[in-house]
Amino acid sequence: MDIRPILSTLRRHKITALLLVLEIALTCAIVCNAVFLISQRLQRTEMASGVVEHELLQVTVANIGKPADAKARAQEDLALLRRIPGVTAAALVNQVPFTNSSSNTSIKLDPAQKLPTLNATMYMGEGLIKTYGARLVAGRDFNADEYMDYDNMRADPNLQSKVGSVVITQALAQRLWPGQSALGKNIYLGDTSVRVIGVMQALIRPSLFMGDDAAQWTMVFPLRLSAASASRYVLRTAPGQRESVLDGAAKLLRKADPHRIILHKKSLDDIRSDFFQNDRAMAGILVGVIVALLVVTALGIVGLASFWVAQRRRQIGVRRALGATRRNILNYFQTENFLLATIGIALGMVLAYGINLFLMLHYELPRLPAVYFPVGAVVLWLIGQLAVLGPAMRAAAVPPVVATRSV
Amino acid sequence: MLAYYLDLALRSLRRNKVLTTLMVLALALGIGATITTLTVLRLLSGDPLPQKSAQLFYPQIDPNTKDGYVPGQTKPDELMTYPDAMNLLKAHHGTHQAAMALTQAKIMPKQANAHPFFSDAVMTTSDFFAMFDVPFQYGGGWSASDDESKAQVVVIAGFLNDKLFGGANSVGRVIRIGDHDLRIVGVLKPWAPQPRFYSQNLGGRSYGDGDAAFLPLQTARAMEMGPQDTECYAAVPDIQHLETAPCEWLGFWVQLDSDEAVAGYKSFLDGYVKQQVALGRFQRTETSLLDLMGYLRQEQVVPDDVRLQAGLAFGFLLICVVNTVGLLLAKCLRRSQEIGVRRALGATRKEIFRQFMVEAGMVGLAGGVLGLGLAELGLFGIRHQPAEYASLAHLDLSMFALTFVVALVASLVAGILPAWRACVLAPAPQLKAA
Repeated sequence: MDIRPILSTLRRHKITALLLVLEIALTCAIVCNAVFLISQRLQRTEMASGVVEHELLQVTVANIGKPADAKARAQEDLALLRRIPGVTAAALVNQVPFTNSSSNTSIKLDPAQKLPTLNATMYMGEGLIKTYGARLVAGRDFNADEYMDYDNMRADPNLQSKVGSVVITQALAQRLWPGQSALGKNIYLGDTSVRVIGVMQALIRPSLFMGDDAAQWTMVFPLRLSAASASRYVLRTAPGQRESVLDGAAKLLRKADPHRIILHKKSLDDIRSDFFQNDRAMAGILVGVIVALLVVTALGIVGLASFWVAQRRRQIGVRRALGATRRNILNYFQTENFLLATIGIALGMVLAYGINLFLMLHYELPRLPAVYFPVGAVVLWLIGQLAVLGPAMRAAAVPPVVATRSV
Repeated sequence: MLAYYLDLALRSLRRNKVLTTLMVLALALGIGATITTLTVLRLLSGDPLPQKSAQLFYPQIDPNTKDGYVPGQTKPDELMTYPDAMNLLKAHHGTHQAAMALTQAKIMPKQANAHPFFSDAVMTTSDFFAMFDVPFQYGGGWSASDDESKAQVVVIAGFLNDKLFGGANSVGRVIRIGDHDLRIVGVLKPWAPQPRFYSQNLGGRSYGDGDAAFLPLQTARAMEMGPQDTECYAAVPDIQHLETAPCEWLGFWVQLDSDEAVAGYKSFLDGYVKQQVALGRFQRTETSLLDLMGYLRQEQVVPDDVRLQAGLAFGFLLICVVNTVGLLLAKCLRRSQEIGVRRALGATRKEIFRQFMVEAGMVGLAGGVLGLGLAELGLFGIRHQPAEYASLAHLDLSMFALTFVVALVASLVAGILPAWRACVLAPAPQLKAA
């Protein structure tokens, strides 16, 4: 189709054409970035934890006053919990993934180092790795005789040097010793050193306060906790039995020691869903904005195209009288819209890239992947064509006789 | 004349209902989104204590070691160690000053069938109440000598008083916290600054009902209540004795009533740090003394998400305005003949310009009314979001007024180009064409 007549018509309507181009460009820029933000948010909610989430339950308790024999209390509680039908493992731990409460420490690779290498989180609790179902990719889990009582260590700081071993995640191992095996290497916490005896595939930090890049910087220590030093009981059970086990566990714990409060009882699936609810809400808002934007833009195109059709009724009539078919008229308006949309999209891409650069600077966002540009272009072309279809069909329906009327 | 323009505008808008609806709808969507996000933004960046915030200051010093220190560039720490907080407290250099930390209080109701429960509590010193203008329903705070003598006293919030004592005057009665009996000396009126500025770095929530109980710092520590957040800057021999450990866990606020007092306090703070350096306790000399609003800006209390949403809403409004310009222009060019007739009958360019601006303004007002409805809808959506400030998102009178200001400004800006095009139109060719 010859586009020269279209161009010469558009030249006579510079401002309206420009406004349409501008609107498409702005929409393109915002929609590209908003879709990218949505994908980032949704990707974040999929973050791997390294634990068997569908099988885990957490019950948190709080003691009123000090338990008489905290170590015995913990062992008794765990024995009771393990006896609940359906429970395959139970542990008393200091922290649980996605609960936002964490204990962290800075570590060094060399005691003489002035500044710490990085800050990692510290998991502890007898049988934690097995209960969490964290998968070991190298080395081994702790032996039963490796565990020390955390309470004893707290009372006597000299015992700290006796801990000796640690299990870390693959991500932390890679960060500390890139390309090497971590097994047998030493990590320094203050002045004491611990040797890496096992490497887990993954175990996420309970809180992502240090950013998502540090999410997997995790260490597990062979320390046994007591009812005085920990409050989180973690149970592993089949997914179908979670409800009944959770209720049973809470009742059992309260009955075993009435001097405590059951603070929370939740499945890890629910805990995870709460942890990422802000991301999901933000993604929802962005979807709403994108839909509203596309609707407004489409309506704008409908409005302007209708105006143009109405304004050119006589011109259309003349063309029809001179032999143009309905299809020719339809194509004319469709091509015109395609041209404007293309200019708008090209401008919009540049703008989208600019907005992305700004967001990268201020919100630590990655670069917009190139795939968004062609997809964004196709979407806007489609919307433009859909929006112009109605007015263009009305134009095609203009009878040639119009040309002869009211000069 | 305005009445005539209004009449003309109404007629013109009625003539093309679809186009008018499109304009109003698009503008309303943009305005609705903008007002919704602006309401949230204002809520989050608001002043928690408007009558007092200019006099409240947050001193910061830095007890960290020399490692990683860049003189002049390293920012001082957010929290304070116990010895430093006590030194500043005892220096009495401000009108009021208080040290504070957040904790969890286990409260045991006396009623037979009631379960014990945990509440947010503040461990602080006596000036807290006077400094933050905390309003009392019954009784009052405790004295500085109560701080020293570890008096077994407590101030409770109104909502805790309602829960435990049915709202009666409970001053003088006893409440069991942990395994200690504390005498109630004061009951607060509802008091919950939003955001809860004093808890920003103490590990607490920023929004919500506020804290339930306030205990003298020394009393709470003697009861082995611990702070929510502790930051240690050196190897810790004994984490139980936080008072002597190299750990920061206290927030410190001071009230300074004049510019001279602020300057005086800053030099006092610098002097204190130099003295600590001379004593060998400190290695870094940076200090900071921000006022309340400056402190909140430094802490970036407004989440990134909210700022992003506000930016998005403004982008949206911009697109809606461009859309309105296009549609208004289309409408006005279609009326070239009418304009020609009006000009030929003696209307000046100014009058034509005014007529079209009035029309744009009417579109704006209609968009504003509809936008207000959409903003209410948006805020209803925000209130059902998981954020902790969600329940506070309401449209107040000033945002109500702002809606119409935004609507009018947006529509008038959109109307300028079409109105200008209309008024420069030469009347003769239009009349001929007709």
